[in-house]
Amino acid sequence: MSVSTWDVDVIVMPKTGVNDPEGEAIRGGLKMLGYDSVAKVRAGRMIKLQIAATSSEEACAQASAMADKLLANPVIEVFEVEVVGLAKETAQR
Amino acid sequence: MTARAGVITFPGSNGDHDALYAYEHVVGIPTRLVDYRETNLDDLDLIILPGGFAYGDHLRCGAIARFAPVVAPLKAFAERGGPVLGICNGFQVLAEAHMLPGAMLRNKSLQFHCQWLHVRVESNHTVWTSNTNPGSVLRLPIANGEGAFFSDEETLNRLEANGQVIFRYCNADGAVDDASNVNGSARSIAGISNERGNVVGLMPHPERACEAFLGGDDGLKILRSALNAINVAV
Repeated sequence: MSVSTWDVDVIVMPKTGVNDPEGEAIRGGLKMLGYDSVAKVRAGRMIKLQIAATSSEEACAQASAMADKLLANPVIEVFEVEVVGLAKETAQR
Repeated sequence: MTARAGVITFPGSNGDHDALYAYEHVVGIPTRLVDYRETNLDDLDLIILPGGFAYGDHLRCGAIARFAPVVAPLKAFAERGGPVLGICNGFQVLAEAHMLPGAMLRNKSLQFHCQWLHVRVESNHTVWTSNTNPGSVLRLPIANGEGAFFSDEETLNRLEANGQVIFRYCNADGAVDDASNVNGSARSIAGISNERGNVVGLMPHPERACEAFLGGDDGLKILRSALNAINVAV
């Protein structure tokens, strides 16, 4: 099977129940701007990876393992993995 | 033979020389800095992970430091019962390296807190609190932005039941209240130990409270405690 490069997004968020003072601060800022409609803000981070894999499933499995071991801390965070598609550079090659 | 202390310098550590000074010149035992790439710690009797910003605190505080070459021999040292103390960033590294449970969150205030405060000793059944009395109050400085200890309820209950919660933020009289918990730590926890009691992590800086002219010397009680556990003359 041929190996391609996949764009994979890993989204890391604070767990439900874990204090997120950063999200609270952003909500405060939005309120100052007059956005009273915002009931809740949670702030996390997105990590964009390019992964060599033979399939989208394999790229996803690799990213999940990486998130489990390093990108997220399971004590305080949860993560989601999304395979965006084949990386552009690979398509051109 | 004399006890020998080691202070690990990670890229980004900045409290390493404070700890070196405290052990070498105040506690008064031979002490050396340990480079993060070292793999042989056999000459050491106690090891300090100092404060600072190891690997720039990138990703999460302590998250990258756990892959430093020195961590494998550090774990082996701890498994043999060797005294290990993680101060501030060192505590974060111990948590990320799974040598202590829990994790540190951004302070609830979102501010970097640099101040003196009080902690109450909850247990002296650890290598690092054997010179203290339970219920006694220590005055120590903190300097952190991510110092709010967090763990799930089940782990917190287990830590409490095992006596692994060893320091709690309190007021000058030893009362644990919300105002004293400046980081917003779960159950006001300022420091914990592993089950065996030889590995301890705390957010306050005992090494910066080792002489009266620094503002206080309560930290010495912690730094000296470990010597009781080492079977060598000091």
